[in-house]
Amino acid sequence: MRKTSLDMVFELAKQDERIVFIGSDLGAGVLDGFKRELPERFFMEGISEAHVVGMAAGLALEGKVVYINTIATFLTRRCFEQIVLDLCLHQAKVRLIGSGGGVVYAPLGPTHEAIEDIGILRTIPGMTILAPADATEMRRLMPQTVDHPGPIYIRLGKGGDPVITNPAEPFRIGKLFLLKEAVDILIITTGTTGRVALDAAALLDNQGLRTGVMHVPTLKPLDSEGLLAAMAPCPVVVTLEEHVTTGGLGSAVAEVLAEAWLPAPKRFKRLGIPDAFPCRYGSQASLLDQWDLTPQGVASQCLTLSQRANV
Amino acid sequence: MQTSPTSRPDSGRGTQPLDERSRGLRKKIVQTFAAGGRGHLGSAFSLVEMLRVLYDHVLTFDPAQPRSPQRDRMILSKGHGCLALYAILADKGFFPETELWRFCKADGILGGHPEFGKVPGVEASTGSLGHGLSMGVGMAMALRLDRNPARVFVIDSDGECDEGSLWEAALSAAKHRLDNLTILLDYNRMQSYSSTSEVLELEPLADKWRAFGFQVREADGHDVPALRTALTPLPFHPGRPGILICHTVKGKGIAYLEGNAKWHHKSNATPEEIAALFAGLEQG
Repeated sequence: MRKTSLDMVFELAKQDERIVFIGSDLGAGVLDGFKRELPERFFMEGISEAHVVGMAAGLALEGKVVYINTIATFLTRRCFEQIVLDLCLHQAKVRLIGSGGGVVYAPLGPTHEAIEDIGILRTIPGMTILAPADATEMRRLMPQTVDHPGPIYIRLGKGGDPVITNPAEPFRIGKLFLLKEAVDILIITTGTTGRVALDAAALLDNQGLRTGVMHVPTLKPLDSEGLLAAMAPCPVVVTLEEHVTTGGLGSAVAEVLAEAWLPAPKRFKRLGIPDAFPCRYGSQASLLDQWDLTPQGVASQCLTLSQRANV
Repeated sequence: MQTSPTSRPDSGRGTQPLDERSRGLRKKIVQTFAAGGRGHLGSAFSLVEMLRVLYDHVLTFDPAQPRSPQRDRMILSKGHGCLALYAILADKGFFPETELWRFCKADGILGGHPEFGKVPGVEASTGSLGHGLSMGVGMAMALRLDRNPARVFVIDSDGECDEGSLWEAALSAAKHRLDNLTILLDYNRMQSYSSTSEVLELEPLADKWRAFGFQVREADGHDVPALRTALTPLPFHPGRPGILICHTVKGKGIAYLEGNAKWHHKSNATPEEIAALFAGLEQG
């Protein structure tokens, strides 16, 4: 997914002179082609993320479209004020490509695990937050980012994520994607947990619970009406994300539900990372397993809610 | 590399009497302050001559076309000094002078820190320190990419040099050899709490900037001819960003404000305090 997004930046830059790339201190050889062919618009600025975001804002205010890539935690935690003031307040066309969304960097520990990136960015006026599910969706998404107004955060998964989106369905920022029709249960998900949701839905289908999956690649602006329409027929709604349950997709959907004044309340649960720093290393998969963010774990939670719903 | 001057460049800073234009601009600043009942008066007063020289003699701009691509860009990174910026922008016709009298009012465009998109002539929203230089670096890089000869000026404060992001930006400006970028540093040696030497020592400040790859000049920040001379010619050195360290006096222009930390920011100014400010201006 990261390679696709960066390759797309290069492709788009070849067609659009406004496009500029900034890295902080990325791995050797990253975007060598860009550096070789468009050296004037390729910048490797060093481990100075706060400056990089401010510099990008300055470039954007002069008409450039700036793509930045570095590790998601450094972009979102360290540069929060630069994102709020330099980017969002100025509506600067800067695109933050955050590597390692969620616990991709599990072996590296809490300093590198972007578990609250969506939550903190979601509070900022004028921010757009995207979390695609796979590389093919990334390929469709990237061209939409060039002329979109204001700043954008693009959350990257691990890479090699299974393809679950429909290549024939055009991507549009703000659009919801129903991956599987729902009747009894709707799992709402974002980013790479779509695969887990689909597998959980299959398990539930086998038990006679017709479970759907809604993929929400645009977390902000959130299509609240579309979500409400999708949730309407389902007595059970579950959100699933590789993010803490405070502030992310689950919170956003809960806000929508709480203010919807539905005639009948939903059985609702947010599934995600608990409100605690990860205390183990291992792998992304082993942490997700620890938190029951697996097809079996998600199906089990949905089943419990469904049984309660039928009481 | 320029060597450190043997005599202290700040000696005698701000001792010359202010001329009519400098006093007139300060009067506008006090009137604006009075309209809002608040503001960073001391921080604005130390800036007046720096801004005056830039807008009277250095910058290329057209108030009728504040976003003209040919304009020089001026970022007041120490956004809390905006009372002085507002006075000079109104003076130059970027907006009607009557706008000054709505300072910090709900329906005004002039707030306690300047905002891009609201105030014609303001290039960047500033107020949190340590942001303006990075934005200026980005602008200077964009202008170079576009083969645009316009220049970028950033006014930083001494207290702002406490911010790490400012030094990140300085490294970057030197790396990119941005000689279309010039910093004016308002070195009044006071920050909100106390003196810069007490809060966080900056000396040897000029040497720090030299070490970061800047061509450094120094001048009395209230001496208009000296500032004009110091800003001529530009760039200070081909292939190198420049910084003019302006030795100033916080609150310069009203005796009891000068070097007085209590006047860094004032809110809920009483009619008596405002009357005293006008009286203080008359006395110089």
